[in-house]
Amino acid sequence: MKQRGILVRDFSHYYGENRSLNNINLDVYRNEILGIIGPARSGKSTFLACLNRLNDLIPGSRVEGKILVDDQDIYGPEVDVVALRRKLGMVFATPVPLPLTIYENIVFGVRLLGNNDRGELDRIVEDSLEKAGLWAEVKDRLHTSALKLSGGQQQRLCIARVLALKPQYIMLDEPTSGLDPISTMKIEDSLRTLKKDYTIILVTNNTKQAARVADRTAFFLMGELVEIDETRVVFTRPSDKRTEAYLEGKFG
Amino acid sequence: MSLMGGQLKLQPRTEQKVIQVFMYLMTSIAVLVLVFILVVILKNGLPQLNLEFLTKNPADMGREGGILSTIVATIFLTFIALLVATPLGVGTAIYLTEYTVESRITRIIRFGAECLAGIPSIIFGLFGFILFVNKLKFGWSILSGGLTLAFMVLPTIIRTSEEAIKAVPPAYRLVSFSLGSTRWQTVTRVVLPSAIPGIVTGVILSIGRSIGETAAVIFTAGSALRMPTSLFSSSRTMSVHFYILAKEGVSMPKAYGTAAVLVISILVINIVTYYLMEKYIKRKS
Repeated sequence: MKQRGILVRDFSHYYGENRSLNNINLDVYRNEILGIIGPARSGKSTFLACLNRLNDLIPGSRVEGKILVDDQDIYGPEVDVVALRRKLGMVFATPVPLPLTIYENIVFGVRLLGNNDRGELDRIVEDSLEKAGLWAEVKDRLHTSALKLSGGQQQRLCIARVLALKPQYIMLDEPTSGLDPISTMKIEDSLRTLKKDYTIILVTNNTKQAARVADRTAFFLMGELVEIDETRVVFTRPSDKRTEAYLEGKFG
Repeated sequence: MSLMGGQLKLQPRTEQKVIQVFMYLMTSIAVLVLVFILVVILKNGLPQLNLEFLTKNPADMGREGGILSTIVATIFLTFIALLVATPLGVGTAIYLTEYTVESRITRIIRFGAECLAGIPSIIFGLFGFILFVNKLKFGWSILSGGLTLAFMVLPTIIRTSEEAIKAVPPAYRLVSFSLGSTRWQTVTRVVLPSAIPGIVTGVILSIGRSIGETAAVIFTAGSALRMPTSLFSSSRTMSVHFYILAKEGVSMPKAYGTAAVLVISILVINIVTYYLMEKYIKRKS
């Protein structure tokens, strides 16, 4: 039996009067890559934002139901939201390096905790960039602006920046949507390596990407979870005909 | 070219040409006015400038000597004005953009700031005279003048800071929060560093206005020619000195000399800060 890291129970989310997620129930196992697929506005990104409570920042955002991360109710009164966000690192669709050097981007989250030990920061930078598969390309220009990197490099920088937080979960929201095939391949490769140490939730609008890297795949449609199963099963014998239609490209 | 329906219809290319010439004229007039002012001031003022003019205090009501005490007074007054107005203005801007959502209250605050910006400076002078000089008993002093100027430039600083902060990409904030920063950490480590060039622009504008302000200062800082010795010294700034020299016919040459120093210092401040900003922006990106 696989260990469960995140449990989502009867979870709904509203923006004002609009329900954006409707009664979601799913589990995320440790050290798996869970792919989440679905057309635009199906609630995939909102779901990620609910997991690390970035949705708190949107006025009029409201939730019902429960999400447990490592047995802790993340909407409970005693939750340290800052710690939660470090535990569930997030990579966005558009790579957003902060206007700082490569080095300072990586240690941004570490410095927030007041850790300014040069030796330790150096180690974290090398280690994180290595894991994200970017070290070799940037090790000679760590102190130049991160904005000068290519799109693919920037996205791997964003992954490294999340790794520097020592999270347990990595959530990626369509991380390769703006990237070329080679950059995409590099990122997919690092995800396969990273799942040894992390639990990964990968939202993608590219169903083939889910087929390539996800262990299990969830299909979201209009705020509902249509089905979730082993990726192989979802792609070959989906139990719901809406999943089948989406995968065949009948809508999207 | 043909007349259609009473309207003069030009060929697109001719029309383009006409508009271009027209725009060119408008721009030239704006630049010409600036050049004209500079030429008049510098032509009359530059011959007055020498080391003595800058390093000696005025004597005989300003007929003789230099303008050192007025330079010092101007610097102190401007410094106090910005020391007070910058944190207040930037703080208000941070509150309006980062800590509240758009609501009736933010609209009232913003409307209030706009109104403040529209008040004539002599009214600020009157306000400063009543509040700081009389009520708080600071007398005619550098402190009263500086505080009055602070309130006068506050709307400018709020407005420019707010624009600069709003121009910081929202994605930066999202990333910062997602990396586990608090709102305050996001403001100090991500938002403000990106907004600094815009904020500094507002501060420079305010320096210019403070240095050049006469009406608000004459009511609050007074017009004593002595070298100021404390925050409570009554003192005369360069612009007030210029006003009195010219208005009372004390000495037109000295008035032009003062005006030249005023204009040159504002130019220098602008050039130096924009140069520093360029460097700052280059280093960041």
